Amino acid sequence: MLLRHTPDTIIEREALTVQPAKTCQPVGAMYAALGIHRCLPHSHGSQGCCAYHRSSLTRHYKEPVMAGTSSFTEGASVFGGQANLLEAITNIFTLYNPDVLAIHTTCLSETIGDDVPQIVAKAREEGRVPEGKYIIRASTPSYIGSHVIGYANMVKGIVEGFSERGKTGRHVNIIPGFVEPPDMAEIKRLAKLTGIDPVLLTDTSGVLNGPQTGHYEMYPKGGTTIDNLKRTGYAKATIALGPIASGLGAKFIDTKYGVPCETLNLPIGIRATDKFVEALKRLGGVIDDEIEYERGQLMDAVTDMQQYFYQKKVALVGDPDQLVSFTEFLTDLGFSVRHVITGTPGKKFVGRIKDAAGTDQINVREASDYFYLHQLIKNEKVDLIIGNTYAKYISRDMDIPLVRTGFPIYDRIGHQYFPTVGYKGALLLIEKILGVLMDHQDRYCPEEQFELVM
Amino acid sequence: MRKVAIYGKGGIGKSTTTQNTVAGLAEAGKNVMVVGCDPKADSTRLLLGGLAQKTVLDTLREEGEDVELDDIRKTGFKRTICVESGGPEPGVGCAGRGIITSINLLEQLGAYSESEKLDYVFYDVLGDVVCGGFAMPIREGKAEEIYIVVSGEMMAMYAANNICKGIVKFAEAGVVRLGGLICNSRKCDNEKELIQAFAEKLGTQMIHFVPRDNTVQKAEINRKTVIEFDPTHTQADEYRMLSRKIDENRMFIVPKPMHTDDLEKLLIDYGIAN
Repeated sequence: MLLRHTPDTIIEREALTVQPAKTCQPVGAMYAALGIHRCLPHSHGSQGCCAYHRSSLTRHYKEPVMAGTSSFTEGASVFGGQANLLEAITNIFTLYNPDVLAIHTTCLSETIGDDVPQIVAKAREEGRVPEGKYIIRASTPSYIGSHVIGYANMVKGIVEGFSERGKTGRHVNIIPGFVEPPDMAEIKRLAKLTGIDPVLLTDTSGVLNGPQTGHYEMYPKGGTTIDNLKRTGYAKATIALGPIASGLGAKFIDTKYGVPCETLNLPIGIRATDKFVEALKRLGGVIDDEIEYERGQLMDAVTDMQQYFYQKKVALVGDPDQLVSFTEFLTDLGFSVRHVITGTPGKKFVGRIKDAAGTDQINVREASDYFYLHQLIKNEKVDLIIGNTYAKYISRDMDIPLVRTGFPIYDRIGHQYFPTVGYKGALLLIEKILGVLMDHQDRYCPEEQFELVM
Repeated sequence: MRKVAIYGKGGIGKSTTTQNTVAGLAEAGKNVMVVGCDPKADSTRLLLGGLAQKTVLDTLREEGEDVELDDIRKTGFKRTICVESGGPEPGVGCAGRGIITSINLLEQLGAYSESEKLDYVFYDVLGDVVCGGFAMPIREGKAEEIYIVVSGEMMAMYAANNICKGIVKFAEAGVVRLGGLICNSRKCDNEKELIQAFAEKLGTQMIHFVPRDNTVQKAEINRKTVIEFDPTHTQADEYRMLSRKIDENRMFIVPKPMHTDDLEKLLIDYGIAN
């Protein structure tokens, strides 16, 4: 009983967070940067920050995630990190030879007020940046926002650093949000099936889920290329999937280059995927038979198994864009979504969830924690929890089945390889959800209700 | 060993007053160490006869953590020990963190240990207490008595009142107390009475009224304290008196900071606004 001390009575807390449902901005910034081909993320701060952020991603993907650090010492925090960053830039291009260096800040470098653009300009002036190499940057203090905001900030940093003007092309920018590599692959596949030429901002497929080849590649084959990143400035349009993670970058391209942007919910579930596919169609795509077929399969499975979803209570924890789509999808399936919490702050979240659930009678909270979720579940038990690995403590304490999704997942695999987005992703999700619900039923139902056929 | 910190608004004359007071104490045979807590590193210039000081942070940066006490201490007028904390150039880094770093380092190196036989340590701290770092000298029982340099000018009094708020915060948790206000005269009307009344409201004393005298400027341009530059001048006696009063001071209190409205009323009552 790991969490036996969590009390049922909910007392409003002002100054205490227990097990926050979020992590640091740089985790998201690193993740976004890793989606650029031949890019090395760089953490401008102390070594511990970088080590933690790398290990978060490494544990989640079971792949070695590389990143540089400015290795702040006491001296650097007093005198500023310029000397460290200048030396790091020289060392990194000499030793590791990335095409792109993506610098993000940390709490320390933000607080002492290091001016990274000025330092980068100085590095260029001093000839520390070799010809044809790029440095991009984002400001990512973790005392604001969360890993999702860090992702959004780095995506903006990427378009700031790369987008160029040009004659409007036929390609479409898609900002996929803080989703998994197979999700990015699925988004690309769907776009291509409609005949759209997608440029993903960014694309970690093939970077963090590549094959074992017997030798180590510091920069795997995947990732959006520099040429493609430059093209984002003269795309036909931008589709931002999820306003929190993707809205910032999309709006920047719209404002600066006049590329119109459309912000959609993450295409998780039937309705959200429909909207994504419709958006592709509006941009000139053609919905082909394969997409129709996949949607049909999904609909078939949903109707076949509907009785196992109906009025089952569910609690959700994770990142805001995912949670909105999950709430909508699960409600569509017949679930009763009871509790939804995210650690990422943002007042609009509550309204978005209530809209997606189609009711006010639901517990929703932003900038919240697992302790609160546990209390909510103690007060109103649910049949299913959907969340990341940290939810396993509640799952065990309350003996409630858990479907793992979101970031981080440290204790299972699958998220590296199988999508959650698109019709295929929805089918995989249903399969997972049914799996845990039916296992639970098989294990606990009275013998006279134990069914061979379900 | 008495540990004294001098605070006050920027440009009020903290460094000048501190060094002249220290010169007075040293002349009277006291062993004094001055720790300058200003990134400009000009708190010991008059005692050393120029900016000859290599700062703690410069040394730390150049020699790593393997710093010797003698690398960062210089001996000045009448065997006073001078240390400059130093800090980053304007606009970069974190000066506040610099003060924390350098005071910790001085402690680690044993600059305050019994064997040094110090009678006094003086901390001369930059302008306003803008962040936690500048409050380091009054944290955790480092400085135990504080003197605030003030004049009859409104902004100087605002700053002094703000510093008192900081002292209250640290006094609650520790041993730091306010020893008094030092009025460094700007020749404002009714200045002496005003600062006396101000001190009374804060629950403290005006420990000394230092008159304005150009000799101070002359001594400064010659990189000397008044006591060294012109020992027979009346201004030298003023500083001697201030140092004696500090030496004899027994009035250490937790101040009662004024509300801004009350402070403004005080200024009006004493005729500044007219």
